[in-house]
Amino acid sequence: MEADTALLQVRNLQIGATVYPPDAKPHDIEIVQGVSFDLPKGRVLGLIGESGAGKSTIGLASLAYGRGGVRITGGEVLLNGHNILESGKKAIRGVRGSQVCYVAQSAAAAFNPAHRLMDQVIEAAREHSGESKAVLTQRAVALFESLGLPDPQSIGDRYPHQVSGGQLQRIMTAMALCSEPDLIVFDEPTTALDVTTQIDVLAAIRNAIKQTGVAALYISHDLAVVAQIADEMMVLRNGLVVEHGTTQQIIESPAQDYTRALVNVRAIEHPQATDTQKPLLEVNHITASYPGSPEPVLRDVSVQLQPGHTLAVVGESGSGKSTLARVITGLLAPSQGSVEFNGTPLSADLAGRTRDDLRQLQMIYQMADVAMNPRQTVRTIIGRPLTFYFGLRGKDKSKRIHELLESIELGPEYADRYPAELSGGQKQRVCIARALAAKPQLIICDEVTSALDPLIADGILKLLLNLQQREQVAYLFVTHDIATVRAIADSIAVMYQGQVVRYGPKSEVLSPPFDDYTDLLLSSVPEMQVGWLDNVIANRRMESAGH
Amino acid sequence: MPQLLKLIAQRIALGVLLLLAVSVLIFMGTEILPGDVAQSILGQSATPEALANLRRDLGLNEPAVKRYFSWLWGLLHGDLGTALTNGADIASSIGSRLFNTMFLASVAALVSVPLALVLGMLAVRYRNRWPDKLISGSTLAFISLPEFFIGYLLIYFVAVKLGWFPSVATVYDSMSFTERLSAVALPATTLTLVVLAHMMRMTRAAILNVMQSAYIETAELKGLSALKIIFRHAFPNAIAPIVNVVMLNLAYLIVGVVVVEVIFVYPGMGQYLVDHVSKRDVPVVQACGLVFAAFYIFLNMAADIISIISNPRLRHPK
Repeated sequence: MEADTALLQVRNLQIGATVYPPDAKPHDIEIVQGVSFDLPKGRVLGLIGESGAGKSTIGLASLAYGRGGVRITGGEVLLNGHNILESGKKAIRGVRGSQVCYVAQSAAAAFNPAHRLMDQVIEAAREHSGESKAVLTQRAVALFESLGLPDPQSIGDRYPHQVSGGQLQRIMTAMALCSEPDLIVFDEPTTALDVTTQIDVLAAIRNAIKQTGVAALYISHDLAVVAQIADEMMVLRNGLVVEHGTTQQIIESPAQDYTRALVNVRAIEHPQATDTQKPLLEVNHITASYPGSPEPVLRDVSVQLQPGHTLAVVGESGSGKSTLARVITGLLAPSQGSVEFNGTPLSADLAGRTRDDLRQLQMIYQMADVAMNPRQTVRTIIGRPLTFYFGLRGKDKSKRIHELLESIELGPEYADRYPAELSGGQKQRVCIARALAAKPQLIICDEVTSALDPLIADGILKLLLNLQQREQVAYLFVTHDIATVRAIADSIAVMYQGQVVRYGPKSEVLSPPFDDYTDLLLSSVPEMQVGWLDNVIANRRMESAGH
Repeated sequence: MPQLLKLIAQRIALGVLLLLAVSVLIFMGTEILPGDVAQSILGQSATPEALANLRRDLGLNEPAVKRYFSWLWGLLHGDLGTALTNGADIASSIGSRLFNTMFLASVAALVSVPLALVLGMLAVRYRNRWPDKLISGSTLAFISLPEFFIGYLLIYFVAVKLGWFPSVATVYDSMSFTERLSAVALPATTLTLVVLAHMMRMTRAAILNVMQSAYIETAELKGLSALKIIFRHAFPNAIAPIVNVVMLNLAYLIVGVVVVEVIFVYPGMGQYLVDHVSKRDVPVVQACGLVFAAFYIFLNMAADIISIISNPRLRHPK
């Protein structure tokens, strides 16, 4: 063994899996194709890439684990100089949960709903260290405290469903730290959180890493987030290393085109439309609640949207933004208020709307996957509204389908494919074409880019902007992502706890003076610069000291 | 907690309501059978006068609704009536029979339920390998054979050839516990083999379903052993579906043992019911039907309540 070895050395790692396509023979694919890196003790390496880049697969390989049918086919993973890939099952079990720990993306799913949090937090340490329950419980409470959890003494007595998502993610970090490991693999630990929660969890994780001196692999698709935490970054694409360097170098002077594209993502410019016309959509004093719950989800919400403009409704989970979309489409009847379209009131419930009302108002959803029937071809999916609204058949219908495919930048050969044969971005394009097929005046876009990788999402946003110019369609854009809002909106409504807290043209809403919530929201969006997190936290400390 | 109690109270109220509905159905069912007890007691050659007299003595001329309520009133006071054929008090006749049936069912349940759970977990531990296939294959083979066939096989090999246990499961009051146990060994084994497969396969399927969850991956990445993962992390989340199937099978052990009781000449409820059906002894049939229905409803209700309690979201609300 060399002297001064790194904690983790990955040498020419190759990982594969067998795929079973619907109408082809099963075949092997390579997920990771010869990746090598060193991670010294106490350092943090960020693994960056889009979905399918192999970053999670590499992270799990450092626990000698392959998710699903994934197989490690070659290379070495040396932990403290030992190749764990050649260890026996028992030795591997001895590494997991003691030397290397894992923090998953969705803590809500990764905690067992049947057991108390404390039992789960100390479980791995009890299994491997032989320390007593009392000692470990004490250690866990100390970790809860240092991670900024409320009631550190008693929060461990609760069940996973009794704490919030941001708290669960911190408890999961405590669970990893409780074994006092050499290495922690963080797999997108803040991706599922709201931005204002993300910043706290991010700060807690970073402090914990600093205090304990544990080494970490930090996996994320969000370059701006990793930049706040990692010493080094490795950009991956299709299982290959694109670029590996210090965080400073990657963010400030990326050497590769792909890295540059990632750094410059969301640089779409959209001049704010300022012309004033008669509004297309008027939402007047809507109050709504779900059946069986007295608490209103929307309270006195009023917004307007002009033809061919984009209104972004922005807020965090539970703010009522999706409920507003449901009220406008007629899926949920409001208890008070009205929705007017082209100056005439729309029926509150779906059954009372005419076919033309339905045609004028189309919807695109977050999960393109489940918004399409997997047993129908693209032709059937796009063709259905053509027949339903315009009675098109035969040649006319085919011609229109091809026009629509062209407008979403897909070739005519896509008409006969099934959804399963399309990529995530292509599926969302087909959903856009389906909405366009009805020639609507308004399309409601419900988080249409949040399930997509940043570069793909950019493509979808550009497409939507082009289509708006050509077809003069208005968008009501429901999103939690401020970057998306900046890119596409003409006017913005910020929602918080069922109310519109700020509403107006983009230039006004995004310029100071801010109300408290909008300020918190805007300042929580990670920026693509090293040291951003430090600045924000320092600013917030100063403000709270000043008050 | 109040939500949990409310749900449980709802289940119990529903159970009581269901039992009442079943009592109406049983009464109506025996009402619309052709012929009546007087006819069957006196036989084909009875004179119309004798029939009329007997009907008046037995109270068969009263309107059905009135007879139902007086029957129900009696039931609520623990009076199941008297058997028409021999005038014996039904409650005391059923008492010892029911005890025998419950004894047999309990022995079979105490063996089969833990065995099914353990085999199910082992099948998951070694899924798609030979122990899994052996467990699935053999339990499936036993459920595919008719129970009377298994019964006779056991009698032939274990009782006749090996002579370990008696072939006839005669029990009487003065028997000691171990003598009783030895007497019911073969019928209990038969029942165990009959109900094992269903419970074991449900355990396997329910746990395999849970094994897809993200928290199982968390447990694997903590370096826990496979059996610990199955027992500690998967099983507690699979309780609800398993309990439902277990209770259905427990109900079968009490309600569906007629064939096994006949084969082993075991003096339980099944035999008692069959005897009196053939004699058209309506009060006995009604009483037995109601006892069986009560067990069925009670066990399913218990399954529901255990499923509710096993859900931590209901047990510990926010």
